Amino acid sequence: MPDYFHGYSVVGLVAVVGVLFVAVAFASGRLLRPVVPTREKMLTYECGVDPVGEHWAHTQVRYYVYAFLYVIFAVDSIFLFPWATVFAAPGFGGTTLVEMFIFLGFLSVGLLYAWKKGVLEWT
Amino acid sequence: MDVLDVALRLVAVLVVFLTFPLLVGQTEHKVMAHMQGRVGPMYAGGFHGWAQLVADGVKFAQKEDVVPDGADRRIFQLAPAVALLPYLLVLIVIPFGPDGGVGQEIDAGIFFVLAVMGAGVLGSLMGGWASANKFSLLGGLRTTAQLIAYELPMLLAAASVAMAAGTLSLPGIVESFEWWWVPWQIIGALVFFIAGLAELQRPPFDAPVADSEIIFGAYTEYTGLRFALFLLAEYAGIVVLCGLTTVLFLGGWHGPFAEDGMGWVWTLLKAAILAFVVIWLRVSYPRLREDQIMRFAWTTLVPLALFQIALTGVVKVVIQ
Repeated sequence: MPDYFHGYSVVGLVAVVGVLFVAVAFASGRLLRPVVPTREKMLTYECGVDPVGEHWAHTQVRYYVYAFLYVIFAVDSIFLFPWATVFAAPGFGGTTLVEMFIFLGFLSVGLLYAWKKGVLEWT
Repeated sequence: MDVLDVALRLVAVLVVFLTFPLLVGQTEHKVMAHMQGRVGPMYAGGFHGWAQLVADGVKFAQKEDVVPDGADRRIFQLAPAVALLPYLLVLIVIPFGPDGGVGQEIDAGIFFVLAVMGAGVLGSLMGGWASANKFSLLGGLRTTAQLIAYELPMLLAAASVAMAAGTLSLPGIVESFEWWWVPWQIIGALVFFIAGLAELQRPPFDAPVADSEIIFGAYTEYTGLRFALFLLAEYAGIVVLCGLTTVLFLGGWHGPFAEDGMGWVWTLLKAAILAFVVIWLRVSYPRLREDQIMRFAWTTLVPLALFQIALTGVVKVVIQ
């Protein structure tokens, strides 16, 4: 058990190193670069003409259904991982395999249903 | 916990993180140039322009850091760091040689890697939203949609390898690798690699940064150092993706003469060949439209990945 947490503490140290790296990069960047702001420079870039309307434009969110689908499927797939490590172990074998096909069947039917309903169309 | 040992590993992973992406970038300059009948950069550093990216870095560091007036300042400035750091974290758990040839072994390696890599997209989304620019917003949303679509086949393909090996640990997977896994897992390997390309927004899946439609997507408003960090994130992503594909599907350090301590050469060689393929695809394929990208993920890659899982399950139980 101590080894288990040791692994993640090293990963945590990597994160600290990464944050330090970015902090040093940003701080030294501040020392190296010029700061000459002008009004034109600070405008939002819109191909050279003055920006039109709201900065946060209205866009059609076409894929919230994709997002739902993704959440459902991803949560399902998470269950595959613990199962994957044991399914071929002695004492499991055929029965677990049938269970897997039922599981995959559910996923496929869900995907087919979404497909037939036309939610996989972007436009 | 040996302090010196851990410190060495941290330094090593940082050095790899800062040099390998540059190597890939320089290779891309040269390979693309020769595939297109040019010579590429020739002046910086003297010999075939080897220092071109160092020169680029110096240029980026000296450029003014413009934050548009309309932008959400803090989020805008933080976004490059959020995009970059996940790849650094992933790098330490990728094994390159046998018997502890890994920055840090983690029991649930695959799980950790997939979870952390997914976090990188937050950087693009933050940048896209905080820029307060219509092109950036579109780019950020496209990036996110692409991640949502391609994360699933990637997850399923990785699950297939975990089933084959019976473990979630990355070194454990490579240790149980046999050569015939390559034909057995080939569909999963292709799905994983293609999905990884799409998550990195590499051509032909680069609609989120399509210059002819939306300038440079979420990175339109970025200049100087912060822009450089976004670029570094892309190339670090290539390194991580090629390393992971090597470890999961191509047997990592296995190969002739690997017993004589040459295993790490095999890992590097396989990853380098994959990186070459990534560059090759950029030169040879036209960009897909956003709707084509989404359709490809849901109607081609996901069914293929499900099929691979079924195949892996059946073969594994039969040979037991």
